[in-house]
Amino acid sequence: MIIEHLGLSRINGSLIMLDGVKGASYNEMVELRLDDGSSRTGRVVQIDGDSVVIQVFEGTKGISLVNTRTRMTGKPITLGLSPEIVGRVFDGLGRPADGMGEVFSDVRRDINGLPINPVSRVYPRNYINTGISTIDCLMTLIRGQKLPIFSGSGMKHNELAVQIVKQASISDGDNFAIVFAAMGVKNDVADYFRRSFEKSNVMNKVVMFMNRANDPIIERIMTPKVALTAAEYLAYDFDYNVLVILTDMTSYAEALREFSSSKGEIPGRKGFPGYLYSDFASIYERAGIIEGKKGSVTQIPILTMPNDDITNPVPDLTGYITEGQIVLDRTLDANGVYPPVSVLPSLSRLMKDGIGAGYTREDHSMLANQLFSAYARVQDAKSLAGVIGEDELSDSDKRLLEFGKAFEARFVSQGANENRTIEQTLDLGWELLSMLPREELDRVDDETIRKYYKGKQAEQTA
Amino acid sequence: MKDNYVVFGINGPVVSVSGKTAFSMNEMVFVGEKRLLGEVIRVDDDKTIIQVYEETGGLKPGEPVYSTGAPMSISLGPGLIGGIFDGVANPLKAISDEAGAFIPAGIHVDSLPNTKWNVTMLIKDGDRVREGQIFAECPETGSILHKSMLPPGVSGVVREAKPDGAYTVKDTLAFVIDDNGNEHALKLAHRWPIKNPRPVAKRLSLTKPLVTGQRVVDTFFPIAKGGAAAIPGGFGTGKTMMQHQLAKWCDADIIIYIGCGERGNEMTDALTEFRKLVDPKTGKSLMDRTVLIANTSNMPVAAREASIYTGITMAEYFRDMGYNVAMMADSTSRWAEAMREISGRLEEMPADEGFPAYLPSRLSEFYERAGYTENLNGTEGSVSVIGAVSPQGSDFSEPVTQNTKRFTRCFWALDKSLAYARHYPAVNWNDSYSEYLGDLSDWYTDTVGEDFMACRNEMFSILSAESSLMEIVKLIGSDVLPDDQKLTIETARVIRVGFLQQNAFHKDDTFVSPEKQLKMMRVILYLHHKCRDIILRQVPISEILKKGLFDKLVQIKYDVPNDKLEMFDDYYKLIDTALADLG
Repeated sequence: MIIEHLGLSRINGSLIMLDGVKGASYNEMVELRLDDGSSRTGRVVQIDGDSVVIQVFEGTKGISLVNTRTRMTGKPITLGLSPEIVGRVFDGLGRPADGMGEVFSDVRRDINGLPINPVSRVYPRNYINTGISTIDCLMTLIRGQKLPIFSGSGMKHNELAVQIVKQASISDGDNFAIVFAAMGVKNDVADYFRRSFEKSNVMNKVVMFMNRANDPIIERIMTPKVALTAAEYLAYDFDYNVLVILTDMTSYAEALREFSSSKGEIPGRKGFPGYLYSDFASIYERAGIIEGKKGSVTQIPILTMPNDDITNPVPDLTGYITEGQIVLDRTLDANGVYPPVSVLPSLSRLMKDGIGAGYTREDHSMLANQLFSAYARVQDAKSLAGVIGEDELSDSDKRLLEFGKAFEARFVSQGANENRTIEQTLDLGWELLSMLPREELDRVDDETIRKYYKGKQAEQTA
Repeated sequence: MKDNYVVFGINGPVVSVSGKTAFSMNEMVFVGEKRLLGEVIRVDDDKTIIQVYEETGGLKPGEPVYSTGAPMSISLGPGLIGGIFDGVANPLKAISDEAGAFIPAGIHVDSLPNTKWNVTMLIKDGDRVREGQIFAECPETGSILHKSMLPPGVSGVVREAKPDGAYTVKDTLAFVIDDNGNEHALKLAHRWPIKNPRPVAKRLSLTKPLVTGQRVVDTFFPIAKGGAAAIPGGFGTGKTMMQHQLAKWCDADIIIYIGCGERGNEMTDALTEFRKLVDPKTGKSLMDRTVLIANTSNMPVAAREASIYTGITMAEYFRDMGYNVAMMADSTSRWAEAMREISGRLEEMPADEGFPAYLPSRLSEFYERAGYTENLNGTEGSVSVIGAVSPQGSDFSEPVTQNTKRFTRCFWALDKSLAYARHYPAVNWNDSYSEYLGDLSDWYTDTVGEDFMACRNEMFSILSAESSLMEIVKLIGSDVLPDDQKLTIETARVIRVGFLQQNAFHKDDTFVSPEKQLKMMRVILYLHHKCRDIILRQVPISEILKKGLFDKLVQIKYDVPNDKLEMFDDYYKLIDTALADLG
């Protein structure tokens, strides 16, 4: 039996309160019908006896205490799914938005998902070749990983994401799909992604969920969950290797903050709700590989750091959950380096087990370590040069500066369509390291040096 | 008062029951038709608040709430070791067998398996036994002998003791009649409330280090067996890596590793890695001495709060058998945040940064459960606690780091700039400290070598001298320094790169015995002293550096295998020969 409740008790922001409701269940989906014939969707977020708080995804504009009929569906919010979703565009709640009609769904899945049992996870080891030197060599992306891009407004994170998708996908054969979730992105950015996917002929492998900057904020809170439900379905029911791009997580967090404050919750840091970490985790932890399944879910969330501040709660909490991060740097960007990857704070936690002999090449780990440590010393030399001038530097510091410049110009920087193989990348790394004398390379053993090092000291050591 | 209660309100993991109830504080309850596990956390005259350890989606007002009459407890007995459990001790392996790859709400499986253990009885009819006494033993894994004890609070005379044989944790092995004539059944396992520390006879002073094989820990900032240490560090500084290293190599008998609100893949990594690795002491798999508790960040938040208590209770249980237990908690910040989240839902008045005002008292209660103790049954055991802290924005002045600092005596501060330069373990030697150093110096002097402390202190002062010299170098470059200061910088580099930096992936370097640590220190300092003398004789340092001795010593950690420590002698000869022509 379905009862419709006429009218509301209170409205506050995106929340409506309703009294006298019997048998509402927590988190269930609610349908609202307005007198003008339009309908909206909501979700029960709090229950106190027979009074219920409902979050309305499309916002409460136009809703009054008397013009609305509320129907409790008794079901959690689910997403209708079928293999036909691939190639389609949906809104932030998973309703078709490309004018191609409804999807006839085979199954409906609860968008909240369930936590993966750590026992049933497969530890990710298979590396994804992105063709981008900095990523492949220094912060290798692994299938089943969650590796976010920390960017700032105006930097080229969208271009980088597109390049990763293009180059990672094409080498990967047929069973590859991209789930793209836009949360509060500008219309032209959304369009840029769509055009890029079309241009590189991957659009028939993309499922898009679009919540644009002018779409309802509360809908935005649902978008990543909807997108990940679709991704899990494709990965675990149909063996797809799914790459999920979530952009922009900062807009998502701000939407959550707005919702939390209208609910009157006690704010944590910078006004974000105290459960922001758990909430992020419920999204990011849905990446992974499950034992006995062929598919995988890999996530590349993109977030813009407000004021380029990496200690802002959004990048900070993200970094604590994700398995590394790719940090973009404004100075590099301003100097025309593309992709402007700031090498030192960037990291991939899973690369240790996905590189080396059998995966990439046996010298990979030592080379990466040495590049990191040499480039860290470049920064010291740079700051010293800032004080005493480059001319006054010791020879070894001068050499370091030279190495730093070459590293940024040749290794970090590459064309937006340039797809480097892992061998090219690693060889380039050795070529650059060969600018430094052997005794300054303390992270590599002699055998590796003999094989790959091309610097002056090579003959003496060998 | 009535005794059939129903759900009134629901807000995330917080559920309320209206009216006056007979629930007691911290009572374990089951909520709703699905029997979700919960705990009573507040009792008012008009309502009772319950925190639920599982997802509350789909729960309705009017669903029943079942009382159990007991505080939140877990079963302690054979079958824990080698297992992986969630925050309230549900075995995750059994859950995956039953429910598949995803964890549904409302699933309960007994913590302990129903296997038959090979039990040796240590008591017979008529024996007078007292609380904590070991009454039966069974080999739990290849490395651990499980000793079943009388639960604390139970003493009396034994009746109907069974003979040796194969029994499960459910079988009654004997009865104990206490002085009041009450009968207590003895089984291999018993239940214990997780928030109550298990009683001990007395606490002993801490005199032995927990040897970890990590040079920066053992030599510079050691932790005592029974001590507590904190590892604070921003993301990417290697907290988890360091916890894993300690869990793998420290010389405790049993490891309890808690992944509290951390990544699922990390737990899978720990699980597979520990299974593969061999315990150097027993030759068996490391998993044979390890219990994993996994409450990953997307599992219910209330169970995250419980996971720390579950872990420390298991640790105390094994300590009571006379084992040295090390417990790693990664990360206690997630635990504190879980408290904050629940406190926020209860609309409690927040203190610092939204954390509840009881944060310091909860932290101190937890860390004080560490200790070296004489147990009720006369054995000696210890619980060492190593807690990772994830400060928000890498800011060590935030409440969790600050309060943790107050209650731990060992502080391994991980540093972003060291991590960026891939200097691992990224323990910053200027910010870290260990108050145990004084308590442990006798052990080092007696066991490792008389000069251990002297070497350690000299190395430490060279590093301190270097960091003040670096202030100058940053301003004017290193060329202008006098030669003796250049030598300090050069030796400090060897200490940093050759000694403190340790490669977790290198077969020899991943674990280094204190003996090898001392030998490394001796060689480094020998070279330092030798060069200092030469420089005093006005020989320029550039002449010394040409010999490449410093670079040779940087590689010593790789060049000398752990089982060929006599090779160190060659280095003295090498140094003497190389420097001979300089006087």
